Amino acid sequence: MALDTDTVKRIARLARIHVDEADLSPLADELNNILGWVEQLDEVDTEGAEPMTSVVEMVQRLRVDAVADGDVRDRVLANAPLEADGFFVVPKVIE
Amino acid sequence: MAALTDLTIAQAGAGLDKGEFTARELTDAYLGAMEAARGLNAYIEETPERAQAMADASDARRAAGNSAGALDGVPLAIKDLFCTEGALSTAGSHILDGFRPTYESTVTQNLWDAGAVMLGKVNMDEFAMGSANITSHYGPTLNPWKASSGDNAGKDLVPGGSSGGSASAVAARIAAGATGTDTGGSIRQPGAFCGIVGLKPTYGRCSRWGVIAFASSLDQAGPLARTVEDSALMLEAMVSYDPKDSTSVDLPVPNYAAALTGDIRGLRVGVPAEYRMDGTPPEIEALWQRGVDWLRDAGAEIVDISLPHTKYALPAYYIVAPAEASSNLARYDGMRYGLRVDGEDLTETYERTRAEGFGHEVKRRVMIGTYVLSAGYYDAYYLKAQRVRTRIADDFRAAWDSCDVILTPTTPSAAFALGEKQDDPIAMYLNDIFTVPASMAGLPAISVPAGLSSDGLPLGLHLIAPAFGEETLLRAAGVLESAAGFTAQP
Repeated sequence: MALDTDTVKRIARLARIHVDEADLSPLADELNNILGWVEQLDEVDTEGAEPMTSVVEMVQRLRVDAVADGDVRDRVLANAPLEADGFFVVPKVIE
Repeated sequence: MAALTDLTIAQAGAGLDKGEFTARELTDAYLGAMEAARGLNAYIEETPERAQAMADASDARRAAGNSAGALDGVPLAIKDLFCTEGALSTAGSHILDGFRPTYESTVTQNLWDAGAVMLGKVNMDEFAMGSANITSHYGPTLNPWKASSGDNAGKDLVPGGSSGGSASAVAARIAAGATGTDTGGSIRQPGAFCGIVGLKPTYGRCSRWGVIAFASSLDQAGPLARTVEDSALMLEAMVSYDPKDSTSVDLPVPNYAAALTGDIRGLRVGVPAEYRMDGTPPEIEALWQRGVDWLRDAGAEIVDISLPHTKYALPAYYIVAPAEASSNLARYDGMRYGLRVDGEDLTETYERTRAEGFGHEVKRRVMIGTYVLSAGYYDAYYLKAQRVRTRIADDFRAAWDSCDVILTPTTPSAAFALGEKQDDPIAMYLNDIFTVPASMAGLPAISVPAGLSSDGLPLGLHLIAPAFGEETLLRAAGVLESAAGFTAQP
């Protein structure tokens, strides 16, 4: 199934990556090239094979539900592009 | 006496213990060599002041009789994927401009606790996506090796990737060893291209905490070093059980160096038929055969095995890894750290930030990943690939009935020239054809320098072991290393 430019545009929007109109078509070609190549997986009989969820067989561990971290506001904010009064400053979210 | 930078980690440790030189002298020798080799573009950020302070602290520990062990005072390079407190940590990406973590990754903390010295952060493919170290925002790293003949004679060569800076630095003697990470071959392939040892441990052996995530079900940290023994010494320090990583395994940490007995009598070495692929150059086939002969001569039993789904590992990888990457890289939104490019509104700010902050290969993979996870395609692509992955793991599981380790080539070619394969993603992906299957199955694997190509470039042999079989892996690798007697230098 080949991707058209509308689908590429939709994927770009889902991925939150701006793509210029002129780049949509070449990008569609690149993605189709890769998707065409992975289609060889259809040759594999996967009847009865469970999708792998964990590569190493292990029992999921539980931990004590206790505070182990915190009170590090300034360290959390240290790399913020913009911050004020102990908060991240972000573009307006609600009109 | 040889230059201090020519010493292996084991030799340097012995020299430090005997007081032949100080950690500060060793570190200063490396800092000088780094300055002289800046043309390789191996380091993104050098940290000389930190290195000297760490070296002085190491000397003080030794003087007080409190050496922390084999790595105390040994200068290392750290792949830029590891978060290091206060030191630039960018994953080779523009989107992490200026990011200086306020915390330290578990693996690097373990190394500092073992007394190692940080020389700086080394270059890599952006977010570890690449096999040539050409996708870094900080420009390509060069391989210190040059071809002596052939089409690439005298040209700048790639060091492989994604841990290209790590491999280049260790080969060029501007680090005694380096950390790397391997998702589909990112330690082993650059190790092979640069003529050094690259070890990817079992998934879960090294903590992923503080390692910038690419594909979480595959990412694993490991060492790049000049010898198998050095790799064992580094691995022992890097491994730990870490409650902060839910996939970290709580198993005892062996003395890996003690596994290097040189005795592989009776070891069953599997040679998989499916790794004989059309188009593999004869010199790679010949090297592989030499590896078989070396191990047989050392007393191993050679067993023909079959891993039927080998050819499907790479295409399955290029669904699973981009899918996980698209999810992991969603965090780079320009709000909390790194680059922010303002748009008209919040959504456009996200989109502009990510368009400018990510390079082309990263964008391509995030979009593939987004597509294969999107409604209507999830089953056809992602679940299918995860089922194929189960088949690949089953292949290995069946193989372990008849063998203890598997021997293959590491790469289908020697290092190629800068600019080659750049416009053909699939040609680039094929570099990892021999390394990806072990990654998909979470198995430990190592590349050992084993010979030179007809053009005078290093070639590696690759060993794969069952999960948590690092000791067997290292033992067999040690025998290969001795038999190959690889002493060539860039």
